[in-house]
Amino acid sequence: MIHLEEELNVLKQETMNMWQLVIQQLQKTEEALINFDKDLASEVIANERRVNAMELKIDNDCENAFALLNPVAVDLRFVLAILKINNNLERTGDIAEGIAKFISQAKNPFETQLLEITRVREMYMHSIEMLKDILIAFDTENTKLARTLFRRDEMIDEINRNANSILVDYISKYPESTEQALNILSAIRKLERVGDQAKNIAEEIIFYVEAKVLKHTKKGLLEG
Amino acid sequence: MSLIIETKDVNLYYGDFHALKGISMEMQPNTVTAFIGPSGCGKSTYLRLFNRMNDLIDAVKITGTINIDGKNVYEKGVDIVELRRKVGMVFQKPNPFPKTIFENIAYGLRVNGVGDKHFIEDRVERSLKQAALWEEVKDKLKKSAFELSGGQQQRLCIARALAIEPTILLMDEPASALDPISTSKIEELIHELKKNYTILIVTHNMQQAARVSDATAFFYLGNLVEFGTTKDIFTHPNDIKTQNYITGRFG
Repeated sequence: MIHLEEELNVLKQETMNMWQLVIQQLQKTEEALINFDKDLASEVIANERRVNAMELKIDNDCENAFALLNPVAVDLRFVLAILKINNNLERTGDIAEGIAKFISQAKNPFETQLLEITRVREMYMHSIEMLKDILIAFDTENTKLARTLFRRDEMIDEINRNANSILVDYISKYPESTEQALNILSAIRKLERVGDQAKNIAEEIIFYVEAKVLKHTKKGLLEG
Repeated sequence: MSLIIETKDVNLYYGDFHALKGISMEMQPNTVTAFIGPSGCGKSTYLRLFNRMNDLIDAVKITGTINIDGKNVYEKGVDIVELRRKVGMVFQKPNPFPKTIFENIAYGLRVNGVGDKHFIEDRVERSLKQAALWEEVKDKLKKSAFELSGGQQQRLCIARALAIEPTILLMDEPASALDPISTSKIEELIHELKKNYTILIVTHNMQQAARVSDATAFFYLGNLVEFGTTKDIFTHPNDIKTQNYITGRFG
């Protein structure tokens, strides 16, 4: 293995470590939301510092790779992709922290009925699975798997789209739960953005492996 | 005016050794084309086709056509002196003549029959300006060319090539023996010169090829593996061999 490959492997491993931490952060917010576990929410908030530190380290390593290794072709695309994936992961970490913050500030446990009718857990399941699968796609350079993200993101979008009317009905029936309902709406909006981040990462993997730019294209036509 | 250069199915043999294998390529006027590839791949041999420098080597056999502006330079009756006036060359190591700076430039003109003193003086100044050397040497034109630094000597050689007004410049690793500052000056010069000349350059320096050229050709074992815009070659080459070479994974 040449020196350049060793350095890029280190960069890849650092990115995957950050990825796993971000997935854990998101899983913990789900657990904290369902069990109304404020300690766990506080842990997520504290861990956000680790996510940020990892982002800075990867940024710095990318800068060094450009300056010292002069990557070209697939190596150049890899470092460019890492820079953007790093940013996507950091934002996903911010989303987890945002959800953890309102859990830690909530006065009462979230009502089971509210969690069920808004399908927020289903949304969690999809977004976390997407993040896990896209991590596998990155590790194995599997662009076929990466392409499945575009379709799967639509499921999250659908739950998000339906959330407004569901919550309007709920608030009109239970006006005393308005704050809780708004918090869940906020979580849904944030999880929808996790889907977007995962989709962006999928685009970066395809760019890195296949040298194809999918941004602002109709992904449905490019699947398969 | 610069000319279109093209080769069609060119094969070159050094005795039994097949050094170039069916090379077809077209280079546009006022562009820089870089030839890259590992040592012995045929890139310098290919470069030397255009001013028939390979003719000087024994047992060379060439097939195919090498056209400059539609004319095959290997056709019978081609005036080689005239060809080399049109196709200038700069070598890896600066090779000034053991003469003054002025005479180094004037020499080519005199050989070509120019005797007018004022014409020669004007052309010397213009060539040195084109080669971005005038300001550094204008007060010591009568000094020996050997008093110049390596980088200056190389620019002097470029000025010498320009003095006889070629349309094409061949450069065989023109900056490989120079320090980074001189290299940078040569690269800037190449960038400026392509406005008026078509430049073909052999380089082992990948970053240099990326910086100075518009098109890049990758040679391997006498084959042209890939030829495309430099941007494409260095961002998403089509051939895995090209990718392995430019990323340093060639083994």
